[in-house]
Amino acid sequence: MTSMTERHKKLERNVSLLGVFALLAVVVGGIVEIAPLFWIDNTIERVEGVRPYTPLELAGRNIYMREGCYNCHSQMIRPFRDEVERYGHYSLAAESMYDHPFQWGSKRTGPDLARVGNRYSDEWHVQHLTDPRSVVPESNMPTYAFLRERDLARPDMRGDLAVLTAEGVPYTQAAIDAAREDLVAQADPNADAAALRSRYAKVQVRDFDGNPERVSEMDALVAYLQMLGTLVDFDSARGQEVAR
Amino acid sequence: MDRVVTRAGIWIFVILLAFIALMQAADSGFAVHMGIVAIAALIGLYVTVSKTDYAALARGAIMTNDPSRYDDDPIRWGVIATVFWGLAGFLVGLFIALQLAFPALNLGIEYTSFGRLRPLHTSAVIFAFGGNALIATSFYIVQRTCRARLAFPSLARFVFWGYQLFIVLAATGYVMGITEAKEYAEPEWYVDIWLTVVWVSYLAVFVGTLVKRSEPHIYVANWFYLSFIITVAMLHLVNNLSIPVSLFGSKSYALFSGVQDALTQWWYGHNAVGFFLTAGFLGMMYYFVPKQAQRPVYSYRLSIIHFWSLIFLYIWAGPHHLHYTALPDWAQTLGMVFSVMLWMPSWGGMINGLMTLNGAWDKVRSDPIIRLMVMSLAFYGMSTFEGPMMSIKSVNSLSHYTDWTIGHVHSGALGWNGMVTFAALYYLAPRLWGRTRLYSVRMVNWHFWLATVGIVFYASAMWVSGIMQGLMWREYGADGYLVNSFADTVAAMWPMYVMRAFGGLLYLSGALIMAWNIAMTIKGRLRIEPPMGETTIDPASDHPLVAGASPAAA
Repeated sequence: MTSMTERHKKLERNVSLLGVFALLAVVVGGIVEIAPLFWIDNTIERVEGVRPYTPLELAGRNIYMREGCYNCHSQMIRPFRDEVERYGHYSLAAESMYDHPFQWGSKRTGPDLARVGNRYSDEWHVQHLTDPRSVVPESNMPTYAFLRERDLARPDMRGDLAVLTAEGVPYTQAAIDAAREDLVAQADPNADAAALRSRYAKVQVRDFDGNPERVSEMDALVAYLQMLGTLVDFDSARGQEVAR
Repeated sequence: MDRVVTRAGIWIFVILLAFIALMQAADSGFAVHMGIVAIAALIGLYVTVSKTDYAALARGAIMTNDPSRYDDDPIRWGVIATVFWGLAGFLVGLFIALQLAFPALNLGIEYTSFGRLRPLHTSAVIFAFGGNALIATSFYIVQRTCRARLAFPSLARFVFWGYQLFIVLAATGYVMGITEAKEYAEPEWYVDIWLTVVWVSYLAVFVGTLVKRSEPHIYVANWFYLSFIITVAMLHLVNNLSIPVSLFGSKSYALFSGVQDALTQWWYGHNAVGFFLTAGFLGMMYYFVPKQAQRPVYSYRLSIIHFWSLIFLYIWAGPHHLHYTALPDWAQTLGMVFSVMLWMPSWGGMINGLMTLNGAWDKVRSDPIIRLMVMSLAFYGMSTFEGPMMSIKSVNSLSHYTDWTIGHVHSGALGWNGMVTFAALYYLAPRLWGRTRLYSVRMVNWHFWLATVGIVFYASAMWVSGIMQGLMWREYGADGYLVNSFADTVAAMWPMYVMRAFGGLLYLSGALIMAWNIAMTIKGRLRIEPPMGETTIDPASDHPLVAGASPAAA
């Protein structure tokens, strides 16, 4: 053992050696654990139905992040009987493959939201965000009434879609060019949403916040919440799962 | 004179740049931030111009600090900043704890909602309180253990003030809703770039001082600080990779997505704990515990083994934050195995610290600073046992997503990081300001007890609330249905939330006493008080018993 301490004295007398060894020691774990996720194919098993967010949903997701919803809500259902019964089918890696960044969360001060889409009406969401305790008396969630009073700060999402495309999200050039029109069309029940529907499967087009006059932050957030977990059709896959 | 002109020129250039960015800003938050940068540069310009001794310059005299003294100015500022940000962070923590029990305290306005204040709390305590403590103590220790003055003194000052600017930009950003929404890595791209510049400067000052050391060996505390600085740089750079939407806007999109982003984030997140809150603070422990106890470090060999195994193993532990998620199973299992192994090097550090007190255990009774250190190491040992236990998948299936995690983090943060920092501050204050002793040693004792009892309330409330909620979520009735709705579990946790806030109040009160004590020490006051731990002298009882004279004898 003396030899070990003797040999270590070389490191202790040389800043560069000590620094290089300290760096090498911490590099290994990251390379072995993280790097393979980028090239092992079955890390994300492709699933029918997953698509990029519409501009309005993306704007809603940005509000979700801005308000720090991830501090109290997870979007990751674990494969346990109680979680699957409470929240729905356990989450698949593919369902968050276009999430820059991911929003799986780490704490459930409130319930999981991975499949909250289409579980409640738009009116419920607006009422709940405006005054949570008026619909859930036990809730300790903050109130977000101000979302209703505010127009989207940046309704032009073309730059956002372009950046996400550069990062690997498969938006078409046409989708990027039409981001502004698509955003308005999704929240306007009277607009012609044919182009929007052709670009984004299962997109929900309607006025979300109860005020068709404007596209508010509430519109965007509710549009995002209402699409969460609705893209993959688990009923059609059930037969296969049972067979396996 | 050239130097003054050059510096003033740089400040004016920065002001101009910030002003242009402000005018071009794509969103109001970015504009506010550029305004803050402009004001900071304006203050820098004012200090440069007004604090220059022009008469001395005219005489050709070059200002140099006394080479026979250590360069302690940035450390003195660091001590004050640590106390200030500590109070701010604890106060916000208490406020958001109360918000969970009394949601009306969110006040219905966006700036004070829990979702925005929680990152403010975590960043204030980890990066502002902890970060300032680490920078200040590392500058103090590296000079003493190298017997050399700080390398690049101007850069060291830049590190201090640049870091404060980072804190202000990050904190104001959270309140305005500027966030990357990745826990403990919330600041947006331009704040990240600024922190990178500051951090590289920090590395340069630290390594530069090590290079010019007069001692042949690099002391063990510095290994930990060096590893902390290098690793945090690596983690920060990789986890914050993102592309901004506009060069004049705050919004950016993270480069990675989904499962890859999740593991990168928790590789970062867990090692923010492992290197910021563990390796760095072990550096602190390895200097201040032997100094205060006046005993050598227990085992040199143990320090070598536990240093290398700690930094090697810690990096692997990240996936235990993602058990049973969509992360591949092999990564989860690998993370769990390494987390359990990590128990050993962690306890190696605790044992090395505690055993250093061999031969000086009586000081636990007489010296409240030693008492803080011992309790800190005890909490370090407890939370580094609890952590590996919670990383076991079957335990994690219950504890994950609940308050148990919050309790675990706080027994580490309040117990280990908080108490060892308090001990270091109490050690530093009289020495840095040239006082014979602290203003009051007895107030340190008060601080110790308030903090300890506060943590006990906090941690036990969170254990009960976390385990209870985990069990309620998975409770099935005889009819085969889930028993509790989610809202039921929220209602059940209310008493624990109140108790947790009470624990936080005690902890904050202790910190307030410390702030007063250190402020008075800086002012040079000495509180008149009996010294601690001495056996009392009672001359009245010092006499023989005389038969028949005493009523007790009858």
